[in-house]
Amino acid sequence: MYRYDEFDHTFVTQRVAQFREQVARRIAGELTEDEFKPLRLMNGLYLQLHAYMLRVAIPYGTLSSRQLRQLGYIARRYDRGYGHFTTRQNIQFNWPTLKDVPDILADLAAVEMHAIQTSGNCIRNTTADATAGVAADEVADSRIYCEIIRQWSTLHPEFSFLPRKFKIAVTGSGRDRAVTAAHDIGLRLKLDADGNPGFEVLVGGGQGRTPILAVTIREFLPERHLLSYLEAILRVYNQLGRRDNIYKARIKILVRETGRDEFARLVEEEWAHIRDGELRLPDGEIERIQAYFAPPAYQALDDACPELAVQRAGNRAFDAWVGSNVEAHKRPGYAVVTISLKPHGGIPGDASAEQMEAVADLADRYGFGEIRVTYKQNLLLPDIRKGDLFALWQGLVAAGLATANAHRVTDIIACPGLDYCNLANARAIPVAQAISERFADPERERAIGNVTVNISGCINACAHHHVANIGILGVDKKGKEFYQVTLGGAADENAAIGDIVGPAFDEDRIADAVETVVDVYLAERRGADEPFIDTYRRIGLKPFKEKLYAAH
Amino acid sequence: MPLIKNGARLQDPWFAVATEEELDRSGPMLVPLALWQEHRDRLVDRVGPIGIRLASHESPAAIAGDLERFDLVALEFPKFTDGRAFSYARLLRERHGFTGEIRAVGHVLRDQIAFLLRCGFDAFDLDERAAAGWQAATGAFSAWYQPAADADAPIPARRRYAVPARASVAVIRSEPVQPPAPEPAACAANWAY
Repeated sequence: MYRYDEFDHTFVTQRVAQFREQVARRIAGELTEDEFKPLRLMNGLYLQLHAYMLRVAIPYGTLSSRQLRQLGYIARRYDRGYGHFTTRQNIQFNWPTLKDVPDILADLAAVEMHAIQTSGNCIRNTTADATAGVAADEVADSRIYCEIIRQWSTLHPEFSFLPRKFKIAVTGSGRDRAVTAAHDIGLRLKLDADGNPGFEVLVGGGQGRTPILAVTIREFLPERHLLSYLEAILRVYNQLGRRDNIYKARIKILVRETGRDEFARLVEEEWAHIRDGELRLPDGEIERIQAYFAPPAYQALDDACPELAVQRAGNRAFDAWVGSNVEAHKRPGYAVVTISLKPHGGIPGDASAEQMEAVADLADRYGFGEIRVTYKQNLLLPDIRKGDLFALWQGLVAAGLATANAHRVTDIIACPGLDYCNLANARAIPVAQAISERFADPERERAIGNVTVNISGCINACAHHHVANIGILGVDKKGKEFYQVTLGGAADENAAIGDIVGPAFDEDRIADAVETVVDVYLAERRGADEPFIDTYRRIGLKPFKEKLYAAH
Repeated sequence: MPLIKNGARLQDPWFAVATEEELDRSGPMLVPLALWQEHRDRLVDRVGPIGIRLASHESPAAIAGDLERFDLVALEFPKFTDGRAFSYARLLRERHGFTGEIRAVGHVLRDQIAFLLRCGFDAFDLDERAAAGWQAATGAFSAWYQPAADADAPIPARRRYAVPARASVAVIRSEPVQPPAPEPAACAANWAY
């Protein structure tokens, strides 16, 4: 993992002191709420429906056990004993008081964390595939580049007042687990003919009321040019992005209105001026950062693990959990474990202080003390010996964290919705809970297989419903909550935006509608190994639509 | 509104021209882009300093060929959230080598001053409250992560050349802030990332 040096420590400490002074000015009445707003937003502090919400950055979703324990401590000490993990690999605390926030930031700084740029019209926390460094199919480790981007983008003097927020994602493998096509900039690591790492550069992806997939403006960018090329893109956007209409201010609109080729030309023209300037990464810099992410002390193990087979055969619940929540690791004898934060009927992405502490303990005991936060609002233990899986699972069962539903229909992404958020038009959490309960039977869920279900409580699409296989959007119609369904979206390397199926469903019928969609899929699929998205692409919207609206 | 240049309060010597008639005045004269473009031929040969004022949608590219004629480029912030001029200032310093005054005018928050300085602004038309907070606003951080238009070594360069972190946060500078280095090309050479 990355560790702060004296410069990083000094920087976050000074940031805390600066915000403490700003909060004092606010509490003393020297700043109005309007004046305070941009200052608090740049430190991740939102004013929600009921209280302040603090969003803490978890850079590229990587946590040490010490950091996760500290998040648990903060949840207990300053909040109501829980936190909420987000699709952008951050954590949100929903009930801090304003006067406590500087202390929370100081507690975060003590474990090398901060809340810088988790809000505001600036470069947000850079996200990565949660399996970076351990995925069997990885080309290069995205964390290295994310850390380089994190430092460059932190309090960037030129890009802190952009037309709109700006999100960068990096994926290290051909299987895109970072949803790069839905980001303002998506970077896909690849190798050139000589085996040197670089990036395919995508720009202009985004969700919201105008969902657009990013387009490639450069097939291969050598790694040493990473920052100068990002600076060129941001500089073009900062000057030309629309500022007259908040809904047209994202870079996706600029790219679409300018055209891909012309936008790429503008970027290349700007880049030509700066590519060999101060931002060019010097020899040794990438290696310096890479050293922080050196592989842990893996043991030499056989990949085959006979005891695991025996344990699976002897325990159906464990067997099902391994089947859904355990993935291949690049090292023999190791596995990657998803810890589901989606208990059936629970709130997606929430974890209690006790659960955070339990996961930290398990990471220390069975892993190398490292935890990841995933795009799907789950946690992940990257390095577990196959022979330890059963003991780990028992520990997770004790903590209420052993739900065997990773990638399944109840592994739902949901935003906080109208229960917390003042932008929302409808509640998202109760709908997620209802659908989760509907599919709670583990046998049935396993039979359905992998499918993504995302629920957003408003058109801002924080839960990425546009790129879900089954997307649900809450809308307000004359004071009543309705839910619009989209089908066929995808968030992987074959990203797609879902098709709207028809008129929205009310709260009482939305779980039925999802069940109907699943039933059509089960009836139409060519065998259990054809996942939902493949069936949808083969048969299209019509059969689903007919069934959904047959009774009306 | 107090004018602060290089950290010190000044009387503004510039007259802000609003109409064509005012172009006949003597003394330092700050001219909006439209008037400059319309009357360029007669203004080029005028005796006395000329400054140019650019609205936030007016890129310095429009005056790049005339920069030698200007002692001042004033960049407007119609509201503090319109951050285009941050890029304009860097381009003026780093691309076009402009060494005259770059002044922020309009709606600028105290908490933006440190960023503005880093982008190459050296003068600020501030309201009284923002001006009063100048020292706290400019002294909060001792080093920054990225190279910009200022002369300070960014953190990557400090790491490479083992330059220690400067003042701690408790020490608020009492002397005026030094102006940005006049030769951006030299910064690039000194502080290669």
